[in-house]
Amino acid sequence: MPSVLPRRFLRPAVLFTGAVLIVSLAACGSSGETSAAPTPSATATADASAEAGVLGVRDPWVKAADEGMTAAFATLVNDGDTDVTITGAATDVSPMELHEMAMADGKMVMRAKQDGVVIKARSEYKLEPGGDHLMLMDLARPVQAGDELTFTLTFADGRSQTFSAVAKPFTGAQESYAPGHGEPMPSMSASPSPAP
Amino acid sequence: MTPPSRPVSRRGLLTGGALAAGGTLAGAAAVAVTRAEPPVRQPERTPVAVAVGEAIEPFHGVRQAGVVNEPQAHAAFVAFTLRPATDRAALARLLRLLSDDAARLTQGRPALADTEPELGLLPARLTVTFGFGPGLFTAAGLDDRRPPSIAELPPFPIDRLQPRWSGGDLLVQICADDPITVAHAQRVLIKDSRPFATVRWVQQGFRRAAGAEPGRTQRNLFGQLDGTANPKPGTPVETAVWIDDGPEWLRNGTTLVVRRISMNLETWDLLGRTDRELAVGRRLDSGAPLTGTREHDEPDFAALGPDGLTVIPDFSHLTRAHVTDDRFRILRRPYNYDGVPDADGTADSGLIFAAYQADIATQFLPIQRRLAERDLLNEWTTPIGSAVFAVPPGCPEGGWVGQQLLD
Repeated sequence: MPSVLPRRFLRPAVLFTGAVLIVSLAACGSSGETSAAPTPSATATADASAEAGVLGVRDPWVKAADEGMTAAFATLVNDGDTDVTITGAATDVSPMELHEMAMADGKMVMRAKQDGVVIKARSEYKLEPGGDHLMLMDLARPVQAGDELTFTLTFADGRSQTFSAVAKPFTGAQESYAPGHGEPMPSMSASPSPAP
Repeated sequence: MTPPSRPVSRRGLLTGGALAAGGTLAGAAAVAVTRAEPPVRQPERTPVAVAVGEAIEPFHGVRQAGVVNEPQAHAAFVAFTLRPATDRAALARLLRLLSDDAARLTQGRPALADTEPELGLLPARLTVTFGFGPGLFTAAGLDDRRPPSIAELPPFPIDRLQPRWSGGDLLVQICADDPITVAHAQRVLIKDSRPFATVRWVQQGFRRAAGAEPGRTQRNLFGQLDGTANPKPGTPVETAVWIDDGPEWLRNGTTLVVRRISMNLETWDLLGRTDRELAVGRRLDSGAPLTGTREHDEPDFAALGPDGLTVIPDFSHLTRAHVTDDRFRILRRPYNYDGVPDADGTADSGLIFAAYQADIATQFLPIQRRLAERDLLNEWTTPIGSAVFAVPPGCPEGGWVGQQLLD
């Protein structure tokens, strides 16, 4: 699967964990893709600095998949009086990106959300199939139905937050992936894996 | 168990002004006031929908729901065959998923990743009850913890069992007072089971509609009252149904026998009313034993008729199924099924016989042996399916059913 993706979409999530300015630069630039490999300590560091409750995370789940790409979803609730910007997401089974669904060449495609995700003050933000989502770009091991995965969200102000999500068999959300030219996503297959 | 009651019409109360004091009378008056005004469409506020659709049975608890609850109007019994790769760890993942689905749907919340979330909003007393068949213990590598009676029943001469209605590694009993709620829960639970299991059989059944005959014993499609001799709430049910000794993981659990009983309506039609009542030992209208006048009268098996024969024949269903000691009763929670008649109009009807008891060997089997040996009803009924399950205890919030065994 990785071979069909432009390298800039394989950028490790650790790049997103810096300040928002760096994220913007990195997102627009063409260099630096390989400068920061994801390290085992990346998640641990995020955990250590995690502050519970930046956002409420309601009904989180991730789509089970044997390999390749998959996606995580939840309803994010900002009960605070200020907007919150998510600049990155990380999990130990895959590099991640923030994705949005958008119209391109007359059809819905998904693409990286370059400037992060803003959750307005006193509002909810739905990550859902067919909409914005947290993309797992290249699974290092299968995500099996019923697995619990831990995710770390990083925010523009440097804070971070972890939550866990259960993997569900799910055949929907057959979006086309468009790193630039709307490639299909064979790895998000239509039939649930028979291997538990 | 009783859902918070909603005002009949909030808008009505408001427009009613002085009537806003609340209470049934005020609510009724407010509705009348609303009617005099331009019609306001509030279909979701009709009182009937509130009562039936929104009623909730708890999911979390020491014991599983769906056993001693007043039986709901509709049921689907779904039996799965585990895939070869489904081991103990996979079973744990499966039951976490299914328990989460059940915890949400029974409380009127869509399942996680529910593709039809609107169908998850009316629980209608939905219960989802899990049972473990013999194969589940083998798959988990826990054969040594399988209760001896969780095995195929011994064969009975009356049996004409078909594989398509028999066995099963995992059972999900889905009951609700609304058939759409049952269908949606069945769909959700089957989808989440797919990576782990295949569907072995599904038996869908029904009783009277919710509220049609409150507190009455249900009727099967022979027209007989069915379940009169169930253990009564309180101590009799406690001792007959719930397991209070043996392995820790099964305490507050029970066992379930599901038998599909084909009922031959064509040959039953050939009987006159008197013969029908002799076959069952009870009156068809009241359900009273032939020696009594009310359904719950104690039968007098010694009473003789003018012809010198016992009033209640020895071959009657009542005689053969009779249990005097509460500890040996079984809790019958059956559902009727009514398939599609063939071109001649021959019915495909019968009973999904579901019996809960603490111990199959000392409660279910003796009754079943007596019935198989000599129950006149056998002339018109044929067991065509049979399955046995251990029903583990319930789970607390955040837990999952079967955790005590599989975790």
